[in-house]
Amino acid sequence: MSDLTRKTAAELAELMAAKQASSVEVTQAHLDRIGAVDGAVRAFLHVDTEGALAQAAAVDAKRAAGEELGPLAGVPLALKDVLTQEGVPTTAGSKVLEGWKPPYDSTVVKRLKAAGIVILGKTNMDEFAMGSSTENSAYGTTHNPWDLARIPGGSGGGSSAAISAYEAPLAIGTDTGGSIRQPGAFTGTVGVKPTYGGTSRYGLIALASSLDTPGPCARTTLDAALLHEAIAGWDPMDSTSINQDVPPVVAAARNGDVAGLRIGVVKELGGEGYQPGVEARFHEAVELLTKLGAEVVEVSCPHFEYALPAYYLILPSEASSNLAKFDAMRYGLRVGDDGTNSAETVMSLSREAGFGAEVKRRIMLGTHALSSGYYDAYYGQAQKVRTLIARDFAKAYEQVDVLVSPATPTTAFAIGDRINDPIAMYKNDLCTIPSNLAGNAAASFPCGLADEDGLPVGFHVMAPVMRDDLLYTVGAALESALAEQWGGVLMTKAPELEVTR
Amino acid sequence: MPSITREEVAHLARLARIELSDDELDHLAPQLDQIIALVGQVSQVAADDIPPTSHALPLTNVMRADENIPCLTPEQALSGAPASEAQRFRVPRILEED
Amino acid sequence: MTAEVLEIEDALAQYDPVMGLEVHVELNTKSKMFCGCPTEFGAPPNTQTCPVCLGLPGALPVVNARGVESAIKIGLALNCEIAEWCRFARKNYFYPDMPKNFQTSQYDEPIAFNGWTEVVVDGETFRIEIERAHMEEDTGKSTHVGGATGRIQGASHSLVDYNRAGIPLIEIVTKTIEVPPAKAAAVARAFVSQLRDLLLALEVSDVRMDQGSLRCDANVSLKPSGTSVLGTRTETKNVNSFRSVERAITYEITRQAAVLNAGGKILQETRHWHEDTGITTSGREKSDADDYRYFPEPDLVPVAPSREWVEELRATLPEAPALRRARLQTEWGFTDLEMRDVINGNALEPIVATIELGVSASAAKKWWLGELARSANEQGVELDALPVGPAQVAEVQKLVDEGTLNDKLARQVFEGLLAGEGTPAEVIEKRGLALVSDDGPLIEAIERAIAANPDVVEKVNSGKPAAAGALIGAVMKDMRGQADAAKVRELLNAKLGI
Repeated sequence: MSDLTRKTAAELAELMAAKQASSVEVTQAHLDRIGAVDGAVRAFLHVDTEGALAQAAAVDAKRAAGEELGPLAGVPLALKDVLTQEGVPTTAGSKVLEGWKPPYDSTVVKRLKAAGIVILGKTNMDEFAMGSSTENSAYGTTHNPWDLARIPGGSGGGSSAAISAYEAPLAIGTDTGGSIRQPGAFTGTVGVKPTYGGTSRYGLIALASSLDTPGPCARTTLDAALLHEAIAGWDPMDSTSINQDVPPVVAAARNGDVAGLRIGVVKELGGEGYQPGVEARFHEAVELLTKLGAEVVEVSCPHFEYALPAYYLILPSEASSNLAKFDAMRYGLRVGDDGTNSAETVMSLSREAGFGAEVKRRIMLGTHALSSGYYDAYYGQAQKVRTLIARDFAKAYEQVDVLVSPATPTTAFAIGDRINDPIAMYKNDLCTIPSNLAGNAAASFPCGLADEDGLPVGFHVMAPVMRDDLLYTVGAALESALAEQWGGVLMTKAPELEVTR
Repeated sequence: MPSITREEVAHLARLARIELSDDELDHLAPQLDQIIALVGQVSQVAADDIPPTSHALPLTNVMRADENIPCLTPEQALSGAPASEAQRFRVPRILEED
Repeated sequence: MTAEVLEIEDALAQYDPVMGLEVHVELNTKSKMFCGCPTEFGAPPNTQTCPVCLGLPGALPVVNARGVESAIKIGLALNCEIAEWCRFARKNYFYPDMPKNFQTSQYDEPIAFNGWTEVVVDGETFRIEIERAHMEEDTGKSTHVGGATGRIQGASHSLVDYNRAGIPLIEIVTKTIEVPPAKAAAVARAFVSQLRDLLLALEVSDVRMDQGSLRCDANVSLKPSGTSVLGTRTETKNVNSFRSVERAITYEITRQAAVLNAGGKILQETRHWHEDTGITTSGREKSDADDYRYFPEPDLVPVAPSREWVEELRATLPEAPALRRARLQTEWGFTDLEMRDVINGNALEPIVATIELGVSASAAKKWWLGELARSANEQGVELDALPVGPAQVAEVQKLVDEGTLNDKLARQVFEGLLAGEGTPAEVIEKRGLALVSDDGPLIEAIERAIAANPDVVEKVNSGKPAAAGALIGAVMKDMRGQADAAKVRELLNAKLGI
């Protein structure tokens, strides 16, 4: 049998449905791959070998008993360490939560388990999802399988690296300002941020509540759509969840017909500061879509230039409050409890010891933005900009069905390159942030390699609220047209990782 | 003239309950100053008549019926506690009354 | 050395108190405000918690519809406007009994605002303006260990139980209460007491002050009499009975007056009321650490009660207290003075309940304002904290109506009931209190009285029947009170042929 780890989730599901492979075999193959390459990639913070094999065996038993199973039953998956899974260590990449085992499953995990999807382990991320490189993880940086000296993007670098290193066919990420899409772009994989409220945040350790969105990561558009369908839908445990049917994402991914689709290229997302190789691949992809029958026009979203500043007020404000719960009283790291220090002092010492530099920076910024005397100028004004950005989108969607841009201004950068320059790091998310502010659906699809560095470029698609299906329509069209050119998906061009035992 | 002083950063650290070292305060003040200069751009947008958006989507009235659902067991509730005693979370002495 | 406090009369001669009240009411919903955990009082520690109310990473709140409904009802009963659209907000501050280190509350968009209510003190009606009523959640409960007194000072550590965390609270905030200085404390007490009656009538809270389901904070400042120079205010917390509302405010007036007279300054601080010693002590000074950084709660969506819903709820409201009082007074045939005694004695609800059990209005008033009020007063508790309730009052009165007891014996029965001697029947049995209803022993006693008082008999026979009263007295004494006086008179008259 050919290498199971090279197959897509859809192919694996088919093999298992045809009983040509068991979930235990598929799971073991991926566990072996993790053992072979993760020493170099470091995508995983925790590998749940026993749990994964037990889950796989349970799926196999159900299949043997003739039970009806979901379309992805038995397929393994890598879970971003920001989602709770009962009894499995969950750290959100922070020292503050080292060793914490949640007593409950997040809704996403509940749905994965119900779908028979096998959870291999927890993936690395920037601490509390604050970052664009995984360099802010308290547990070390994840390496980009395309070039181990480079970052895999962030915050969900672990999830994207895991699928791009064939350690898992599927992964879950969370996207607050681009944390699914930017790592997707940097690793040549598909990353989808569903409509805010389309997937449940219950059990997602909050960074910025009004922006956070869990979503699928995969090597193909169809795999992403299958996973999207498995985890999406209304959740009564999340007040901001949308009580509507999941958009027909799988049908869209199978269909992929862009004839007559109106596509708007966002004028403001390009030009100065964008790497030439990124722009070249992006424009070629637009050309390709035109050839496939799409109507392409240029659209202006004049307030997008204020998205980044607004985001870096709204996010830290919400985060400063969300992260207050990490106080060493009920769970997590406790420092300085020597019998004489007060609770107040122990809280301060523990937070000082448990949080990394970027987390502290953002907590301080958010505390400042919300404090009396500054609220109106900062947080209040940022919320107004948020309104303007949503209006830009609404106006654009009167003209076109979807908007497109490069997913990131550059390709993956070298480890250590931007870690001491927070603002350069923040600018990674220029293209992805507006969709979070407006709650739109958005995704990054691989569209080639930049000439300068031979690294993957992401094609960014934005669609209106609850029109996630349009993302997959565009992604699937692009994917099949490019595969024809390349003789396979972009991932087939990735260099082979050295296998160690 | 920086938009945020070292003293202000120290005050924020107290509000945020983080015992920052002197070294961190030295570094953070200029960094925050730079970031505040960036985010301060939001004030360039004239938006007096624009309503603020606090939520990504305009949902209202999401409520649940007044019904009980199963609780955690006390063992589960206390499972992550750094210290516990008599089925309660044990915390260091509290200085200030609420 | 100046006195620590002034006499209240001296304080009020020089200063006008300015007051405001914040009352926190725990609702009686089955589940918590933002999760499905039960709200039962007194459950074993940490047995009523879940990821949401423990503030575990990842957990999210969902609003309890019944909590919103109760908030609207309270708002309507206090003549408030109900917001057409409002949000929850996070109040950010660190405290170990607060799981998320922010309280989910409401800030500048309360669900109810701009209301009023009226209270009656000594027959005079005072209007109290309501600033707002908003929804929020309760905190956990800390037990302080290692100190001598169980208080926070001197404790070595604390133990936290989060069963109470997340129980729905409604905070009702009055505007500045402006009443004649001498009435201030009494008006505050009457307001809280009436609020309790209102909440009970709305059936939104158990209002058990002893269990902390109604808690009051009193803001007090003083201004020199007749001026409008605002003073610095203190916020006295932990004022958890009607009596202590009045006592704590009175104390704070006398304390602040003494400080000001000694040339001192009032600190803007929270103070704690101590029921046992009757004083307030300094808590925490307001500082720039009280920057709560409120912002709209992003995990909860806005609440926009439809006008239809509000009107539906308005239609379910019980009668307004003032109207109800007037109606009851007419029904019961009480004078204004009698009604005032009932209100001031906090006896309205127990009397209503007693009358509902078939007791006449005058009898219900007699017991609640007499025997029972005296006992409550002696113990320093409210009427509803007594071991005697409407059911027992009705039972005893029934025995009086049947002729088994007279009032004098009934009082002794109450004495026994208050002393915890059991049911009325058991008290009567143990104390041997039933009236003698057999004619035999009564006639024997009458004969003894006639024999012992020939002079009285002669007076009666010589045309002075009123003199027979002395014989009745003698018979009653002989029977140790356990005879029905009317019955004795009837038998005596027959015997004497009058």
